[in-house]
Amino acid sequence: MRSTILAVMLWVSVASMALGQNLQPILQRYAEEIAKPSRNSVGQALRAIAASRAPQTAVFLEQWSEKNVWQGQDGKFYLGTMSDDSLDLRDIDTDLVISGRKGDYKQLKPNGGVRRLIGTALVEFQLTDPDLVRRETAVVSIARRPEAAQLTPLLASIANEVNQDLKLRKTQLANLMSALFAVSAVDRITAITSLSNASSVEARAVLNQILSKSSDVAGTLPEGNIASILNQFEAPEDAYAALVSANLAPARQSQSDIKRALEDHIKGGRIGGFPLGQMDDPLKRAAAYAALSREGLVPVLVTDAAMATTLRDYIFFEIYDEPNQNITEAAKAAQALVDTRVATGQVVDLTLDALSLASIFFLAAIGLAITFGVMGVINMAHGEFIMMGAYTGYVVQLIIPNYTVAIFLALPLAFAVTFGAGVVMERLVIRRLYHRPLETLLATFGISISLQQLAKNIFGTQARPLTSPDWLAGAWVFNDVIQISYIRIAIFVMALMFLGLIIYILKRTRLGLEVRAVTQNPGMASSMGINPDRINMLTFGLGSGIAGIAGVAIGLYAKVTSEMGSDYIVQSFMTVVVGGVGNVWGTLAGAAMIGFGQKGIEWLNPSNTLAAQTYMILFVILFIQFRPKGIVALKGRAAGD
Amino acid sequence: MSQSFIARNPSVLWFLLLLAVFTICISVLSEAAGSSVVSTSFLKTLGKTLCLCLVAVAMDVVWGYCGILSLGHFAFFGIGGYAIGMWLMYERTKDIVIASLDNNILPATPDEITQAIGSQIFGVVGSADFPMIWAFSHSLTLQLLAVVLVPGILALIFGWLAFRSRVAGVYLSILTQAMTLALALYFFQNDSGLRGNNGLSGLQNIPGLEDVSQATLSLWFFWASAVALGAGYLMFAGMISGKFGSVIRAIRDNEARVRFLGYHVESYKLFIFTVTAMVAGIAGALYYPQAGIINPAEIAPIASIYLAVWVAIGGRGRLYGAVIGAALVSLMSSWFTGGSAPNINLGFYSLQWTDWWLVLLGLAFVSVTLFSPKGIGGLFDLWPSRKGDGA
Repeated sequence: MRSTILAVMLWVSVASMALGQNLQPILQRYAEEIAKPSRNSVGQALRAIAASRAPQTAVFLEQWSEKNVWQGQDGKFYLGTMSDDSLDLRDIDTDLVISGRKGDYKQLKPNGGVRRLIGTALVEFQLTDPDLVRRETAVVSIARRPEAAQLTPLLASIANEVNQDLKLRKTQLANLMSALFAVSAVDRITAITSLSNASSVEARAVLNQILSKSSDVAGTLPEGNIASILNQFEAPEDAYAALVSANLAPARQSQSDIKRALEDHIKGGRIGGFPLGQMDDPLKRAAAYAALSREGLVPVLVTDAAMATTLRDYIFFEIYDEPNQNITEAAKAAQALVDTRVATGQVVDLTLDALSLASIFFLAAIGLAITFGVMGVINMAHGEFIMMGAYTGYVVQLIIPNYTVAIFLALPLAFAVTFGAGVVMERLVIRRLYHRPLETLLATFGISISLQQLAKNIFGTQARPLTSPDWLAGAWVFNDVIQISYIRIAIFVMALMFLGLIIYILKRTRLGLEVRAVTQNPGMASSMGINPDRINMLTFGLGSGIAGIAGVAIGLYAKVTSEMGSDYIVQSFMTVVVGGVGNVWGTLAGAAMIGFGQKGIEWLNPSNTLAAQTYMILFVILFIQFRPKGIVALKGRAAGD
Repeated sequence: MSQSFIARNPSVLWFLLLLAVFTICISVLSEAAGSSVVSTSFLKTLGKTLCLCLVAVAMDVVWGYCGILSLGHFAFFGIGGYAIGMWLMYERTKDIVIASLDNNILPATPDEITQAIGSQIFGVVGSADFPMIWAFSHSLTLQLLAVVLVPGILALIFGWLAFRSRVAGVYLSILTQAMTLALALYFFQNDSGLRGNNGLSGLQNIPGLEDVSQATLSLWFFWASAVALGAGYLMFAGMISGKFGSVIRAIRDNEARVRFLGYHVESYKLFIFTVTAMVAGIAGALYYPQAGIINPAEIAPIASIYLAVWVAIGGRGRLYGAVIGAALVSLMSSWFTGGSAPNINLGFYSLQWTDWWLVLLGLAFVSVTLFSPKGIGGLFDLWPSRKGDGA
């Protein structure tokens, strides 16, 4: 059975070879144009070659444009490749090897313009090539540099496309190209109108290309597709410069021109009759220049008034490169719709960004919300616990090369390390200072600088990478406008998990109950059989441990340095204070407010992240004036003092 | 009155005497006096240390006496430095620019001079125009006023907002720290008009005094710093010794009770906060011409925390404690981190002081807070014949 099929296929191919037209006669008919092609003459030959539908056409065109076609002394064309100074020749139609000397054959060397035309002709064959990869390559190459001539073959190839993805892509591309190149205006307008549903960069580029315009100046408004008339007095200097470059007005003299002119005309210590020593006065300089120009030595100064008079005589306008007004109108309408959609997309994208920033702030601050918010302990070393967590992740990655395993091992390990550090710190330092909160601040600051310097001594000052596993690399792309990296999504999910976990621990577990009891009234709690010392220790350890996990998360998204903690500490405190001390929901609200606020300010002034931070802090300072207890203020006895 | 003030505060007299003796000794030993015992660079370090002592005294008043742990006073110090730095930089650049423009064929117009100065100063941040805040930089008098007024007004506004809404304790500390961070971030921006993270430089050259050697200039600044420290010390000692001082200390110990006694607590706090901020500005204005350069990193929040650390180590609630703490810690810091301290070879590990000094300082700080809340100054209480100054 199989051999039968093979035989049939062989027969078919041989038959097509035999039945199909041979290329050589056609080539011979256009031998002159092919041997010495120019951009203008080669088109006819290419059309004829393409029309032959001979199966070897694609190969010939490819080889031709790669300068692998040689012409013999008999005028026939052969495929030939040079190898080590000897020429391997093959017949174009039969592909049989022919022996020949290099000297008897002449290489065809089509120039760049011709090669492009060949490429266009070739595209038609590539678009219908049985090989999927070749078809895809052809589509990509068309998309990179669309040309009018490619539209018809592209449209023709859509109907027989078997691959559904590629078919979709071809349709898209054909639509874009119709908008640009379709022959009839109606077709173009239909295509343009359909683009108003797109938001891709490609579609926007096409619309921009259709709407491309140039500004010009003339005495009277010319015929043509005028985009707009400009007010020359909005930017008189620029408008005048346009006049100058259109040779319609004399150039203005800049300050340095005037200075040079004055310097060139010093005569016996005087310029235009004025002594050199007086030239530090701008008025005297102007007078001297005026004197010089009266003598005809320098061009007359174009004053502001003269400039305004000249400007009044001309009309400044913008003209579309596209002459058909209906088309530009349709494109404008489509662009307006696309712009709206893109703006909506940007708002969504900004919201996602803000959400991810808020979750980073939340992760950094949630541990603090427990130690500071619930226990009332100022821990300036909180940032260093974040750093310790991040370095734990780094060390785990050094030992375990598999990033996925390393991350899942690093998270509990970071918790363990910082939990331990927190408990030790609580035992040794904080416990002795519960009644002196300001001193806790200073003591923990001492620990903070020690830990920071220690990290510097151990790991060095350069930033250490914490590499995320492959499945967290890359970004989730919704469309060309909205996208978010997987790391940020992971951080967001992690923040949500922690929120749930903390709420659960505080509200639903025995430990949480005891923590809340000790917070509200340590004396009463201890008389009910709760050991406040133990609870304080565990709470502090919990807060510190969460800082460690946050450190791993932050390290994945930023670099791990010994100073990373101090980058977050002030922000974290503000998050807790703004949100409302003693309340996890408050911390969430605070993080959301600061995250969204900062992104919002950044959006207003995108070039300057520092300014966004500055204004955000100022805003927080003012906010605290009006809500000293934060967004979510505790009421009643739980509020403490 | 003066007699009884000194009688009640013998430590003030002792301090001023010691300061005078110290100043005279150093002056005699300085290079300007022909000796080589105290090098010019060390003289500058000592002068800078005196300025740091002054800001520490101010910090002690606001924290140790009034109970406001401000983490913003070093920012006021920095603002003072920037204010004087603007004049120094403007005048010096002007001299240089005028000298270079003299080679031109045409004498320069005032506009050209301003432009050349602008591009000389702001070239590093890609600008050439003078920002608004440099409007007074040509006038020494106005910039000297700014040294006092800018920190003063900033402290007044900030303090008014904060005290009015009864922000106190650690919240106030965090708020002042946020203010410091905002200031530092603002100064870091290139378009803030203060040359971004390049800061102001070349401040050691005093315009108009080009002929005076650095050795002599340093001595003058040393004297100025000593006089400022003495005057500031005397002023604050007077301020805290009378009835006013009692109210201030009472606010520290129990604010609510003082309020119920009918005192307007906010005004007292605001006064102390503002006056100390102004003194911090003066200290900064004396410090940075000796340092020669100022940049936004100087006013980062950590600097203000260090200030609190000095005061705590020296001993809060006694002015000489602040001086001892600031002098000791800052001098030791520059000795250890300057690389002049001998490294200790433990055989298995060579202890580099530049690496380990901060670790040690941090731990020392923790232990002082834990075991000796009165700081080094507390040791004076052990001296039986004398009493502390009532802290």
